[in-house]
Amino acid sequence: MGTTNLTCWWSRGEHCLELQGSLCNDTEMTKMLSVSGTSLDMVERGQGRALLFLHGGEGLAPERPWLDLLARRYRVIAPWHPGWARSPLIDEMGVVDDLAYLYLDLAAELGLDDAVLVGACFGGWLAAEIMVRSTARFSRLVLVDPLGVKFGGRDDRDITDVHALPHAEYLRHAWADPAKGEVDFATLPDSELAAIVRGREAFALYGWKPYMHNPRLKHWLHRIDRPTLLLWGTEDRIVTPAYGENWRRAIPNARLEMIAGAGHFPHWEQPETFVAKLAAFVDGNR
Amino acid sequence: MRVWYFSEMAYHPAWEEGLQRGSLRVVLPNSNYDPQIGHQLLNRYLDEFALCDEVGLDIMVNEHHSTSTCLTISVPMALAIIARETKRSRLLSLGTPIANRPDPVRVAEEMAWLDVLSGGRLEMGLVKGAPYEITPANSNPANLMRRYWEAHDLILKAMSTTDGPFSWEGEFFHYRNVNIWPRPLQQPTPPVWMTGLSPETGRMAAERGHVVGTLLSLSAAGPMFEAYRQRARELGRPAGPDRFAYAGVVGVGTTREEGLRRANLAADYVRTSVVVAEPFTNPPGYNSLAANIAMLKSGGRRSGFVRDRNGNPVDQRTATIEQLIESGTCFAGTPDDVYNQIKALNDSVGGFGNLLMFGQGGFLDHADTVANITLFAREVLPRLRDLNPEPRKTAAVAAQ
Repeated sequence: MGTTNLTCWWSRGEHCLELQGSLCNDTEMTKMLSVSGTSLDMVERGQGRALLFLHGGEGLAPERPWLDLLARRYRVIAPWHPGWARSPLIDEMGVVDDLAYLYLDLAAELGLDDAVLVGACFGGWLAAEIMVRSTARFSRLVLVDPLGVKFGGRDDRDITDVHALPHAEYLRHAWADPAKGEVDFATLPDSELAAIVRGREAFALYGWKPYMHNPRLKHWLHRIDRPTLLLWGTEDRIVTPAYGENWRRAIPNARLEMIAGAGHFPHWEQPETFVAKLAAFVDGNR
Repeated sequence: MRVWYFSEMAYHPAWEEGLQRGSLRVVLPNSNYDPQIGHQLLNRYLDEFALCDEVGLDIMVNEHHSTSTCLTISVPMALAIIARETKRSRLLSLGTPIANRPDPVRVAEEMAWLDVLSGGRLEMGLVKGAPYEITPANSNPANLMRRYWEAHDLILKAMSTTDGPFSWEGEFFHYRNVNIWPRPLQQPTPPVWMTGLSPETGRMAAERGHVVGTLLSLSAAGPMFEAYRQRARELGRPAGPDRFAYAGVVGVGTTREEGLRRANLAADYVRTSVVVAEPFTNPPGYNSLAANIAMLKSGGRRSGFVRDRNGNPVDQRTATIEQLIESGTCFAGTPDDVYNQIKALNDSVGGFGNLLMFGQGGFLDHADTVANITLFAREVLPRLRDLNPEPRKTAAVAAQ
């Protein structure tokens, strides 16, 4: 087990490099945590039952309201995956297996017990990879429009090829209200643009081929022996509710709940509903 | 200076449809390709390559995929035919997109075979490939250059190792017994070429002594060649003009008007090659962090590398022949005009020993293409040979 090395970052950290000043400001404390020989940039907010949140392809976006809403109820631990923001890649490589073991090591380092594991989009794929390896530290699993599994045949496109969509078309696939997904990049500082660019590269690195899934994962989903909630945006056209239904059938104790008025990112698009449904599941079934 | 003729063997009958759909590449369905017309065109283009051997030009072949702009889908396949139809021309593969190839040892075999077949006339380009080649190959763009360099090293080792087999267990490629037959005629390997647009590529090529080529842009060539020379000086290595190549569209005529007309038709290559659907222009990781930040700030648009005299971007899709002459993209007019334009560009970038001549670009028909090639070879080539005369080749020459 690697040694824990907690460093707090308030503002301009010397390790920020080209991302200097990004994601760090005077009010929010982010941490660089060393786990198993790699550094993780992460946010920790709130108190109570531990909730490890694994972000999607678009990154963590801690300024969005859902994280604070979760932090009113839980101790939210939200790392940027290696490759995103200031978290360096592991050995300059992008392998999902590495992330699964990294987060199991993180959970051990932090002494998590009876914790909640939440993963959205790409983070949902990671959460499933973690839970098929070990469910020891997590008693609830929440998957939000996850990628990662292939259910259909070789001619079926289970997961929309977002890298083949023009930007405007991508927004229509990913959001119930595409206007909510628009970002005015021209107004962002270079540091944030750099974080966005790094995240895009990392997302491709981990999921280019096979496209955003592990062909073997479906075979092992039966190992997830914890109550599981699948949350799905009714308007998600990247992975549709029908794909979510396949997930529900593949995990032994899973239920699927829809969130209206949301696409691929219900935690961004309907944060109150997202947190209410999550909390009802996590706290109601204890 | 050596001059290497090439064409992309375009399927221009589909261009109008492609322009209307906003992409001549990747997503333009091949129902827009008529194989009967294609049969005529491919054979015609191969005849034009063969003509180059008769008139003293060298020959270059490149490849693209899933596109109406270039129907050469395999450099070794095209060069195998051309090698048999030619006797004197050196044959430049520029090149194999090795980061998009699953099997580098196969690349080494094919190149060695071509070198043997042609009697040691092969020049071997190992290229990164254009961004829109990522999708047809379905190769991961985010680690493209790591894969490129591993493939590069493996190919050169496979070609130059004579006491194999050897084993290779890298990040991307695994072989337990590499021992290629045939081995190349030129020892240890045929001359190696790279392509690019950036000073970084210039430095990388200098460290290995490779030839480096760039295309269509005076503003890219100068800094890249200078970076090469500087790095070579640091390493104490020679970096003469023979290490540099520049690709431009050529239209020559007995009158200036005729030359401009031919160049204007051939320049449709420049105008069409950039018309590709948005998602395929900038796959993640293909371009640098800085370039991507600049693109996000400018609303996602990638500013082209063709620039006018003042450094302002020229819109390739709508550029006039006059603009393209000014940007160093086209050389056009009488033989004197064309020589003077090439000489001026040569002088402004510190000298290059290889001109890659786009002598055909779609709607330039066979008669015009033949006239373009023959007039150039007769009136311009002899003068260019005296410009940056070629040093002796370091690699062994043909057996005969």
